[in-house]
Amino acid sequence: MPNRITHTQVFVLDQDVALDFYVNKLGFELNTDADLGFMRWLTVNYPGQDLQLLLEKPAPPAYDEATAEQIRELVTKGAAGMAGIIAVDDVHKTYEELKAQGVEFTEEPTERFYGTDCGLRDPFGNPLRIGTPKEGPFEIPDPEQMAVEDWS
Amino acid sequence: MGPNPEPNVSRAVEESNRRMLRARDAMDRDYAKPLDIPTLARIAHVSEAHFIRVFRDTFGETPHRYLQRRRVERAMFLLRETDRSVTEICFDVGFTSLGTFSRTFSDIVGDPPTTYRWRAADLRAVPACFMKAWMRPSSFGEASARREG
Repeated sequence: MPNRITHTQVFVLDQDVALDFYVNKLGFELNTDADLGFMRWLTVNYPGQDLQLLLEKPAPPAYDEATAEQIRELVTKGAAGMAGIIAVDDVHKTYEELKAQGVEFTEEPTERFYGTDCGLRDPFGNPLRIGTPKEGPFEIPDPEQMAVEDWS
Repeated sequence: MGPNPEPNVSRAVEESNRRMLRARDAMDRDYAKPLDIPTLARIAHVSEAHFIRVFRDTFGETPHRYLQRRRVERAMFLLRETDRSVTEICFDVGFTSLGTFSRTFSDIVGDPPTTYRWRAADLRAVPACFMKAWMRPSSFGEASARREG
């Protein structure tokens, strides 16, 4: 029975820029950087965690050029899906540190029923969230109420 | 002809998208501040006229309309969840005129702010279990048949 995620993926427009951001800003470490000929297999992971994030560049032969272009357009519009939700011990401290390094935030740390989190973008437009989760159990508000709360 | 005859054009689109996204993020984040078109165009690094047109081409609506929808969405939240007055909420979410706020709110929501708040409060007074039971759509039309009968 499937029971564990080992890899997840995010589309990036430039793998060197991506590697610099995910490693030097977000604290990942390089896992694998392999030239497979048809693609550069580039993954990062958090120290001590066996989940790898594949930094994939949309390009032929996996995607024809027109499709790759559509993907790049979606990424730069912020519409290609969330790159990840990352946990930190002190979201306020992390926010200040990353902001000082020029990371683009879409939302300041905000307290919610599940903890305190903030929103940011990677250099290409992919949304990410960084937060300090609250110790459970917590009460989940009813969907009616959640619909009008701030989730951007 | 290659598969991508104009790579520079697509790079320009990507750069433009990214700039428009930055301006849209600013509206989501700083809706309460006096964000005007010159400010947003500066964030996007383009001229004002160019900004309005390109933003609309990118996201399907003008930046003005996007910002109004963002502000009204926040106002809906505050009307439901706080006791602040309509005038206070108007200014809280970045409107500078009560008339514009009420008109814009009504255009988007269908009801003026006071009516919206009243309806929302009305719903809150009902215990959730009753709401769940009575607002559940009927699969076989019994509820409407009962009301008519």
